[in-house]
Amino acid sequence: MTRVGLGILALVATFAAAAPVLAPNDPATPFLNRAYAPPTRIHLRDLDGWHTPFIYRQVLADRVLSRYVDDTSTRVPLQWWRDGRLFGVGTDGGPMLVLGADPLGRDIFSRLLFGARLSLGVTALGAAGALMIGAVVGALAGVAGGWLEAVLMWIADFMLVLPAVYLLLVLRAMMPLSLGWTTIFALMAVLFAAAGWPQVARGVRGIVSTERTRDYAQAARAIGAGPFRLVGHLLPAASGFLAVELVLLVPAMLVAEATLSYLGLGFPAERPSWGTMLQDTANVRLLADAPWLLAPAALLFIVVLGLQLVLGARSERTHLKAASRS
Amino acid sequence: MTSSLVAFIARRVAAALVLVAVVSTAAFVLTHLAPGGPLTDVLIDGGDKVTVAKKWERLGLDRPLVTQLGDWVGGLARFDLGRSFEYDAPVAPIAREKAANTARLAAVALAIALIGLPVGVLTGARPDGWLSAVITPIAVALVSCPPIIGALGLLWLAVSTGWFSIAPGSLGVPSLALALPLAATLERLQSQATAEALRAPDVMAAAARGLSPQRVLWRHAAPQSLRPVLGIAGVLIGSLFSGSLAVEVVTGWPGLGQLMYGALAGRDVFLVAGCALVGAVVLAAGNLVADIVRALVDPRTRLA
Repeated sequence: MTRVGLGILALVATFAAAAPVLAPNDPATPFLNRAYAPPTRIHLRDLDGWHTPFIYRQVLADRVLSRYVDDTSTRVPLQWWRDGRLFGVGTDGGPMLVLGADPLGRDIFSRLLFGARLSLGVTALGAAGALMIGAVVGALAGVAGGWLEAVLMWIADFMLVLPAVYLLLVLRAMMPLSLGWTTIFALMAVLFAAAGWPQVARGVRGIVSTERTRDYAQAARAIGAGPFRLVGHLLPAASGFLAVELVLLVPAMLVAEATLSYLGLGFPAERPSWGTMLQDTANVRLLADAPWLLAPAALLFIVVLGLQLVLGARSERTHLKAASRS
Repeated sequence: MTSSLVAFIARRVAAALVLVAVVSTAAFVLTHLAPGGPLTDVLIDGGDKVTVAKKWERLGLDRPLVTQLGDWVGGLARFDLGRSFEYDAPVAPIAREKAANTARLAAVALAIALIGLPVGVLTGARPDGWLSAVITPIAVALVSCPPIIGALGLLWLAVSTGWFSIAPGSLGVPSLALALPLAATLERLQSQATAEALRAPDVMAAAARGLSPQRVLWRHAAPQSLRPVLGIAGVLIGSLFSGSLAVEVVTGWPGLGQLMYGALAGRDVFLVAGCALVGAVVLAAGNLVADIVRALVDPRTRLA
């Protein structure tokens, strides 16, 4: 199961990394007469028999109901490696919409690929930051002990019970509404790291303070290791915990990104993340006719599922251990 | 009630009060500092600067921030949370009504989610049995279904099948979206804890005395395994609370999250601060209940 999970994550990461090559269309280009267009089906055979992969051109049949029919009179063959993209079709037969189009006629599949870079990137950066801060603070508290430990853990405990999503909302809302996507990226990563470190710090503190009574730590101190060198010796004992924490933090941050962007406080529409794309689902009655608008939600689910599979029962064991320790 | 328990509860109440004070003050100050300040949306909607300045004066928003904060804190003593600009009404009753809605949603979701506990005992008792084979994949899938995703998925299910109502104010979609991942989390945790409890020496001793497997499981292993699961009750309540924000906005449930979202967009300072205050109170109360329940079943935690 762990391997299946790792496979899923590797696949999604590859898709995100290769977005410019894999995406058949520009993610920001709205196509004329393609609002709510359904996914383009790739065919291999028609009445004449088998062919190389081809599609039919979609024609708008009813603008009000956003109904489309395939123009089956001509096959539009799929072209490989055109304009630096892995696959696609020429302008006369296209556009090719693997996962359909959004309300403005933009290619959902291409937006999904480019959105993965933002959603996964900001999450990875935030989780890495939280892990680093948490490891340093936790190790410091565990080695130093005394009042420093008490103060650091008090801060961590306090931050753990804060209504984090509400505070993120207030913090984001006090900043200018229209920020560049790079600013938003940096800002979100910092906020996520700030919100995520306390639980890491708590766990690392627990591990380090039991570990420093061991013989090897005593020996290191006896031959004159200072506090920083000691932390270097003790932290490897927490590496397993840190790995599990990383996998636990990522889903929470993915969801936080999706929530903020869904609420219009995250990435802008011209550089969409998965959360931004989900704004298109606001009119729920349209979902029955255009379920492909939910593609970002489905992908988010798949990524979280992959993370769960990687963890297996380790997630529950970590929670239970943390609960019995605190 | 022992004295250690009383002291524990007193410490926790004090911590909760500090939390409430910090969160609401921060919300008040931060919304004031927001670009454009309060009532910015009036300008955006075509109002002119003079009107806004007059309104500021009338509402006392032109005074120094410290004075305003002082007035606001003074008002708290009388349960007066100031007036909302958008609703043109006192904040306290609005926030209280919406908070009650959020609490109702959370309570229903929690009640549904508790199904996870007995199921977890059963799957934990027989990890290789047919029940585990059925439940475990479902639980893993539901754990991976955060409330915002669950809410969207359920809405889609509702509009394409018509199985349940999607009218704003109907409980079906929002409560299930919150409950399903929580139920699955509880099931996974309880299952793991039960399997571990069944290997504990005292439970094995009970089995060795010849008690029936059912009795060993439900009277000895289950209570013991419930203890560590209750240990993360605080975390679960926190996640329920934060999950409800997105679910409320997605499904149109008239709760605190939706109110606060609207208030933030309109820079309605007193309403934002009031929401943060009431939200912190609700969250702190939930944490308090979780802590007390835990202290009752596990005396060790009273020392924390």
